[in-house]
Amino acid sequence: MIDDSKPIFIQIAELIENDIVSGVLAEEAQVPSTNEFAAFYRINPATAAKGINRLVEDGLLYKKRGIGMFVTEGAPQRLREQRREKFQQQFITPLTAEASKLGIGINELVAMIKTSSDT
Amino acid sequence: MTQATAIAIRDLTKTYKDLKALDNINLDLEPNRIYGLLGRNGAGKTTLMSILTGQNFQDHGTVQVFGHEPFENDATLARICFIRESQKYPDDFKVHQAFAAASLFFENWDQHLAQELMKEFDLPAKRKIKKLSRGQLSAVGVIIGLASRAEITFFDEPYLGLDAVARQIFYDRLVADFAEHPRTIVLSSHLIDEVANLLEHVIVIDKGQIVIDADAEELRGAAVTVTGDAAKVQEFVGTAKVLHRDALGALASVTIESQLDAGRREQAKLMGLDLSPVSLQQFVVRSSLSSASERVDEKSEAWS
Repeated sequence: MIDDSKPIFIQIAELIENDIVSGVLAEEAQVPSTNEFAAFYRINPATAAKGINRLVEDGLLYKKRGIGMFVTEGAPQRLREQRREKFQQQFITPLTAEASKLGIGINELVAMIKTSSDT
Repeated sequence: MTQATAIAIRDLTKTYKDLKALDNINLDLEPNRIYGLLGRNGAGKTTLMSILTGQNFQDHGTVQVFGHEPFENDATLARICFIRESQKYPDDFKVHQAFAAASLFFENWDQHLAQELMKEFDLPAKRKIKKLSRGQLSAVGVIIGLASRAEITFFDEPYLGLDAVARQIFYDRLVADFAEHPRTIVLSSHLIDEVANLLEHVIVIDKGQIVIDADAEELRGAAVTVTGDAAKVQEFVGTAKVLHRDALGALASVTIESQLDAGRREQAKLMGLDLSPVSLQQFVVRSSLSSASERVDEKSEAWS
């Protein structure tokens, strides 16, 4: 779940974003507390707080004083749009690079994608 | 008046005969954070902690704990808990008596927590300390460290005697208790990867000097290992600072201290290079060796 590739607070933010995009965390749903995240992922509470605060600053979560953190209305849609923009770089580029390594031509690649979408 | 720093260390030096155990250390520890104090055996960690806890004194420089020198300062020392592996207890003390003694010394002592932890670590309350196994003895130290709720708590490798399951209990309890009762905690450990995610700030000592003093999150992702065709790796690495090199035939694996943005990552992929993350433990190990070789170079320059 948590690895060495990048700062943990970024990974925490991304995990929560994933849950928002997938619908596991619905709009207006409550997000676990900082201490709950820290205990669950076995990380420093300050790090968990940093990840959550990042999402608050981005407007994806908001705080209800004395109660906790909640998913902002419209957050799922906003995140989906952000991810569409990154899709090319994150998925298409490695795909074409690997296909090129293996000698898979563009037509074959398109056929493979179509097969994959049909199943 | 709020205290800006919990511990302020300036120009600290401690020499044993002709060996500089601590060489001009400058360090600030903010309150209510979990610090990792890392380094090889003999690097100076224990010497530093014994001076901070008033068990030893410096040859040069100043140490301020909550604004006061700790040496022979009972008021300050009562706010500090120092748990080390070779903890000595009165010979005939039973486990619960060791805790009772600790409860008298530490004003924030939580007996309820101590009892919960005794159960979790499977510690027999009425057994004599001298009859405990190594693991049980380590558990006593760790429990006192946690239940003391001292404003500054040092753990000097007291968990080496604990098995992996017990260590995980300790880490989980530490994080949970720290979240509820924030205080300053300094963890000294060889098992860097085990504690890495708990640390907020990392201090690495090598041969009596501070070689790393950084936010843990900054270190994570600060280095990367590039693997692939040797020539392509070299082209990609360019002038980045190299921490380590490995070669296997035409294959090379180079660890560089460099943060790669998305563009650089894409470039690596297009060049057919593999990027793998560097754990905190690997980073610390590579940095220590790297700084050692730099010092060797300095010495050879001095001779020429």
